[in-house]
Amino acid sequence: MIPCISVPFDPADPDDPEDAAGDGPLLEVSGLGFAYGSRMALADVDLTLWPGEVLAVAGESGSGKTTLLGCLSGELAPQAGRVGFLTREGKRVDMHSLGEAERRRLLRTDWGIVRQNPRDGLRLAVSAGANVGEPLMVLGHRHYGWLRGQAGDWLDRVEIPADRIDDPPATFSGGMQQRLQIARNLVTDPRIVLMDEPTGGLDVSVQARLLDLLRRLVSELDLAVVLVTHDLAVARLLADRLVVMKDGRIVETGLTDQVLDDPQHAYTQLLVSSVLQP
Amino acid sequence: MTAGYNFAYLDEQTKRMIRRAILKGVAVPGYQVPFASREMPLPFGWGTGGIQVTASILGYHDVLKVIDQGADDTTNAVSIRRFFARVAGVATTTRTTEATIIQTRHRIPETPLRAGQIMVFQVPIPEPLRWLEPRESENRKSHAMADYGAMHVKLYEDIVRYGQIATSYDYPVRVAGRYLMAPSPIPKFDNPKLDRSPALMLFGAGREKRIYAIPPHTPVVSLDFEDHPFRLQRWTEACSQCGDTASFLDEILMDDQGNRRFVCSDTDHCAARQAAGQGGAP
Repeated sequence: MIPCISVPFDPADPDDPEDAAGDGPLLEVSGLGFAYGSRMALADVDLTLWPGEVLAVAGESGSGKTTLLGCLSGELAPQAGRVGFLTREGKRVDMHSLGEAERRRLLRTDWGIVRQNPRDGLRLAVSAGANVGEPLMVLGHRHYGWLRGQAGDWLDRVEIPADRIDDPPATFSGGMQQRLQIARNLVTDPRIVLMDEPTGGLDVSVQARLLDLLRRLVSELDLAVVLVTHDLAVARLLADRLVVMKDGRIVETGLTDQVLDDPQHAYTQLLVSSVLQP
Repeated sequence: MTAGYNFAYLDEQTKRMIRRAILKGVAVPGYQVPFASREMPLPFGWGTGGIQVTASILGYHDVLKVIDQGADDTTNAVSIRRFFARVAGVATTTRTTEATIIQTRHRIPETPLRAGQIMVFQVPIPEPLRWLEPRESENRKSHAMADYGAMHVKLYEDIVRYGQIATSYDYPVRVAGRYLMAPSPIPKFDNPKLDRSPALMLFGAGREKRIYAIPPHTPVVSLDFEDHPFRLQRWTEACSQCGDTASFLDEILMDDQGNRRFVCSDTDHCAARQAAGQGGAP
C-alpha cells in the first residue's frame, strides 16, 4: 500500500447547496476503481476539478492516466466509485448512472476530448471545415453558410491558414492535425476538456506553439481541463494543480509549483529528478 | 403447385419468418429489421433481398411487375418475372396500373402509385451511415439514439467539393421524423415519390440480411441544409420516343460522333404515352 500524501479531500455531497447555486466543483470524483479483468488499473481515485481550473495528471506509462480519462468521460465503466458532474442547470449527475442517451448529450454539449493521436479524434478523409463543423451538425445546426463561418473562425483561432479549410487533415502536419482536433473540440463551447498527451509526438518548437495556443484558449474560454501528461514541463506551464499517479493510485496532489519544487512522495521525487536538463 | 416447388419457391416457415420481419418493419418505419436471409437461385447483388420479400407476400391473385432501372425488358427484370410466373403461377404484367406488387431495382415508376399496391425494393447496402462509420455496432447505437448529425458531414463535403449536394442516388432520408434510411440506389429524382405515398414500400437486403419498410402515407424527408435545399435534377431535353419533359431520362450515345438521345427510363410510362399518341422529336 502506497501512502497518499495530499491536502484533505472534501467529499462529494450530492445535496450540497453550493452545487445547487452552480458554483461547486465541476467534477467530483470519489473512490474510482477500474480493473482490466483481474489486473487492477485504478484504485481509490479521488479528484475535484473546479470551473476554469487546469488539472494535470502526471505519472509514468501504465500508471492509469489514460484509463482515468476513459472513466471520467464514460467511455470505460468503472467497477467502483462515482464521477459527479455539475450540469449547466446546477444539478450534480453521476456520469455512470446516467442513461446512455443523456450521457451522449452531455458529452456533446459540455465535454471535449482531445486524444493523444489526432488521427483518433478526426475524420481524416473529410475536409478540415467538416471536421470542425461536425459537432455543430450533431447538435442540429443545418445552415451551411453559418457552419462554414464557424469553421473558418475556429481555424483562425487555432492558427490554421484559412485556405486549408477544404483540405482533408490527412494532408496536414502532426502539429496542425492536433490544433484542428482542438478546434473541433472547442467549437461547441464545452465546459470541460480532457486532453490525453496533447503534445505527444510533436517536436519541441511545435510543442511550444501548441502550448502557447492552449494556454491562451484555456484562459480566454475559462475552460476546466484535465490534462494527462508525462511531461512535467507541460504540467508546469499549463496546470494550476497537479496529481501524480503510480500503479493506478494518486500518490501526491497539490499546486503544480508546490509539487514540482518540493516533492514529498518518493515516486514524485524520482519523477522530478528524472527530467533531463539540456 | 407448379414445377415441383412450394408456392412462390420459399417454404412456408421461411415465409412466416420473413413476414414477421416485414410486420416489424412496418410497425417501426425506417428501422432495419434483421432476418434470416436464405440462399436464392441467383447471386447476391441481383436482388436476393427483394425476391425473398416478394416471395413472402405473393398471393394467388397478385399481379407482379418487375423493373430494373425502370425497364421491364432487361435480363434481371425478365428473369425474376419469369421465375415467379413459374414457381407461383401468378399473373405478370408490365403495366404499372395493373400490378399489385412491383419489385424494383433502383427506380419508382412515373405513374403515381395507388393504395393497395406494394413496392419491393432490392437493396445492396441498407446502412446509410456506413459511408462515415464502418462499425456496425456504432451505427446501431446511432440509430438507437437518433444520432444522425454525422450524415450531414457527407452533404457538407459534397458542397465543399462540387458547390452543391452532388449525391444523386441513394440519397438519405428521414422516415416519420425518426429513422435515417437509405432509400436503395433510386435516383434522388424518385425521393419525393416516397413521401406520403399511398402504396406500401418494402425494402429487402439479402446479403446484409435486413428488411425495412415505409408504411402508406408516412412522411419521408430528404436531408438537406437550410441554405442548400434538396433539389431535383432537370433535363433540358425531352424523351425522343414520347416527348415527355417531366420523367427521368436515360442518355444514350448513338454513334462515335457523340450524337446522343434521351429516352424515358420508365419503359411502361413511355410506351403508354406513345400508345396515347404522344411522340417525340425523331
